[in-house]
Amino acid sequence: MFFLSQQRPLELTKEQKCKRIMTFAGLSDISIPQDIPVEGEITIPVRSRIREFDSSTLNESVQNTIMRDLKAVGKKFMHVLYPRKSNTLLRDWDLWGPLILCVTLALMLQRGSVDSEKDGGPQFAEVFVIVWFGAVTITLNSKLLGGNISFFQSLCVLGYCILPLTMAMLVCRLVLLAEPGPINFMVRLFVVIIMFAWSIVASTAFLADSQPPNRKALAVYPVFLFYFVISWMILTFTPQ
Amino acid sequence: MAAADELAFHEFEEATNLLAQTPNETTTRSDQLGPKGHVAVAMDSGGSYGAEDEVEESDKTELLQEEKPQPGFWTFGYYQSFFDVDTSQVLDRIKGSLLPRPGHNFVRHRLRNRPDLYGPFWICATLAFVLAITGNLTLVLAQRRDPSIHYSPQFHKVTVASITIYCYAWLVPLALWGFLRWRKGVRERMGLYTFLETVCVYGYSLFVFIPTVVLWLIPVPWLQWLFGALALALSAAGLVFTLWPVVREDTRLAAGVLLSVVVLLHALLAMGCKFYFFQPLPPEPMASPHQATSQPTATVLPPTLPRSVAA
Repeated sequence: MFFLSQQRPLELTKEQKCKRIMTFAGLSDISIPQDIPVEGEITIPVRSRIREFDSSTLNESVQNTIMRDLKAVGKKFMHVLYPRKSNTLLRDWDLWGPLILCVTLALMLQRGSVDSEKDGGPQFAEVFVIVWFGAVTITLNSKLLGGNISFFQSLCVLGYCILPLTMAMLVCRLVLLAEPGPINFMVRLFVVIIMFAWSIVASTAFLADSQPPNRKALAVYPVFLFYFVISWMILTFTPQ
Repeated sequence: MAAADELAFHEFEEATNLLAQTPNETTTRSDQLGPKGHVAVAMDSGGSYGAEDEVEESDKTELLQEEKPQPGFWTFGYYQSFFDVDTSQVLDRIKGSLLPRPGHNFVRHRLRNRPDLYGPFWICATLAFVLAITGNLTLVLAQRRDPSIHYSPQFHKVTVASITIYCYAWLVPLALWGFLRWRKGVRERMGLYTFLETVCVYGYSLFVFIPTVVLWLIPVPWLQWLFGALALALSAAGLVFTLWPVVREDTRLAAGVLLSVVVLLHALLAMGCKFYFFQPLPPEPMASPHQATSQPTATVLPPTLPRSVAA
């Protein structure tokens, strides 16, 4: 993009100016004869600053790079925890947050020692597959229904909205250190239900607007099923 | 400039060709070109074509309508056409499957020959997860009554459930469709459903099992059998009423065999689910805990071991 320098304005006749405007407006059947001299000055500002910026990300320290990414991830966590209708999650999507959350959740759902292979809780791979393939399936579903959200934006939103459920998992693991009993179970149930509702609210705040209005329920139901299954896995977790 | 000229010339040539074919068309100049670079031709309301005019006119319009390229199966648009349903339509189809009526053919009345893949896919997914979850819940409830039963999350049941349901809901329609096509080759007066319509019928007919499975949590055996029989009756009736107009033209033997095989497979699915996911729990806490959890298909009460050996 260039703009004409302010210092020496072009000397154009009125006819030339009209022709310029018409060409700019897309009327291509008006031809400008070749012999009109066009002069002016083109300056590209901030050129030197761009070059500085480019080399600076290459030369900056690793700590800066990591901190910048971590800050972006942290900012998105805040957006999930206090869901407002904002575009940050959609505009600058990234998949670091979902990866961190999914690995944390899968690690926490592991049991210490498995008494029999078949009867255990979900393995690491099963949790991973459910989370990622579930998110991909929901994204494909919403795109097939005619939603106008991009593939990775949707994956980003669904992944980040697992954050409340990961927090519920942390709380459940802490609560399970105490005495088992019905109160224990009630506390866990309550926490999981609250976090499940929070996840649903957070993800629909971001995703519902991208669907055609008479298909919103069709697109939101699979999200509900997805978080319900994850909540179920968290609730049925028993350490031994 | 030369590039713009070339584009402009190309545009007009195509538009004039189209105009020559059907003088009643209007072309609108749009900046967006179609997927193959054709100019989008705006037709005035399609209804006016069918009603009036000579055969020639309708032939040409038919040609033009077919000229709109059918998206190939490798494009996204092809699959998007199978998800072209609204919430109200999906709910309507589910209601139709829950209340089958003898005269009403599900395919003609509810689907109106526009099958969708949304219903079958998500109903199967829901059913698979609900089966695994409620099966686990019965174990939890049993442990409440009898603390000696060992509880475990049994996550492998999710895998088993989803594989079973999806295979049933997609392979059995495939076999049925293949069989009907073969019979149509033999006796030409038979009707036919497309593969997607068959998948749709089967998918929506599985919906009635979702509330049934949840109701199977109630630990009263005769009530469970009652609910199971009711669900099976509704579901199989839906299938039979849909298949009857198609199969009617065939010989009575073939029709009878086909319908009874369909109902039998459905019954097998229902009973298999009931026995695998909701193993009948012992009425008294006499069965050993080890056998209760490690024999998933126990239909007969396991022989009771002395408690000292089990402990």
